[in-house]
Amino acid sequence: MQHSRLKFILQWADNSMILGQRLSEWCGHGPVLEHDIALTNIALDLIGEARYLYQYAAVLEANGKSEDDYPFLRKEQEFFNVLLVEQPNEDWAVTMVRQFMFDCHHLHFLNGMSGSDDPHLSEIALKTAKEARYHLKYSSDWVIRLGDGTAESKTRMQDALDKLAKFQNELFIPGEAEVEMIKVGICPDMGSIREKAFATFDEVIKEAGLTFAKPAVGRSGGKNGIHSEHMGYLLATMQYMQRTYPGLDW
Amino acid sequence: MNKDWPLYEVFIRSKNGLSHKHVGSLHASDAAMALENARDVYTRRSEGVSIWVVKAVDILASDPGDSEFLFEPATDKIYRHPTFYDVPDEVKHM
Repeated sequence: MQHSRLKFILQWADNSMILGQRLSEWCGHGPVLEHDIALTNIALDLIGEARYLYQYAAVLEANGKSEDDYPFLRKEQEFFNVLLVEQPNEDWAVTMVRQFMFDCHHLHFLNGMSGSDDPHLSEIALKTAKEARYHLKYSSDWVIRLGDGTAESKTRMQDALDKLAKFQNELFIPGEAEVEMIKVGICPDMGSIREKAFATFDEVIKEAGLTFAKPAVGRSGGKNGIHSEHMGYLLATMQYMQRTYPGLDW
Repeated sequence: MNKDWPLYEVFIRSKNGLSHKHVGSLHASDAAMALENARDVYTRRSEGVSIWVVKAVDILASDPGDSEFLFEPATDKIYRHPTFYDVPDEVKHM
């Protein structure tokens, strides 16, 4: 139970941490200053959310670890984020579609978590759901704007959607930690999260004039620490400082 | 297609009861995006509770060259300021 609870918390934290890291790669490279700042804001929201969870994990483990140990000193197989969030930014279309897929799940997951039997986790969910609402509005607007934009923007969005479709379902398949946490009322039922997430998703995709074909086979493994080839590179960048100068502090 | 997004001026009300104040400008492809951009660029540190955006080209501004006849005549009309008048002691709480 304690093992599953920790894994569940890390899985949630890792999703936000890794996506936050990916988004922060746009910092200084955004298409315009305004959206460079917007994406950095979202990245910071997500990393902030992960911090609350890592801090809590450190308290639960009570073995001298700090919040920093989780993102900076774990190995690839010890991260439990879904494959979607570690996929490379590529262009604005891929970044926005990835964000939109994540946000649809994230907001409804957090809303569900706000009723968790773990009061500390429900508090974190309540606080961060407000941010997630804005993230979803932001990414939805871009999906509609570009999907319903020029011929090129539409093609790029459709390509991004087709490319990332296989990663979407993993968000909704309960991993072993989630199964245990659903039993004890800490994690909400994934079926209802899926239903709400897809209602939001389908509506926006329709408004954007894009077509979404659910892939027959989806990719998964992240929840068990089996990652795509991109994860190692991401961690190499993210963990470089602590690996090179162990214990380095600001 | 114009590749340069138009300029918008941003006005923020810092709290209820105060009026909107000009805080700066930004680029956006339309008004809805300008509003979102303003939220991200100008309210990151809890600066506001309400945002207005308006296209910069829609603002008609006075010409700095006209300042002489527009504003200077007011400077010697001190009777337009309440401080010009002596308030009798009998009038309290002014």
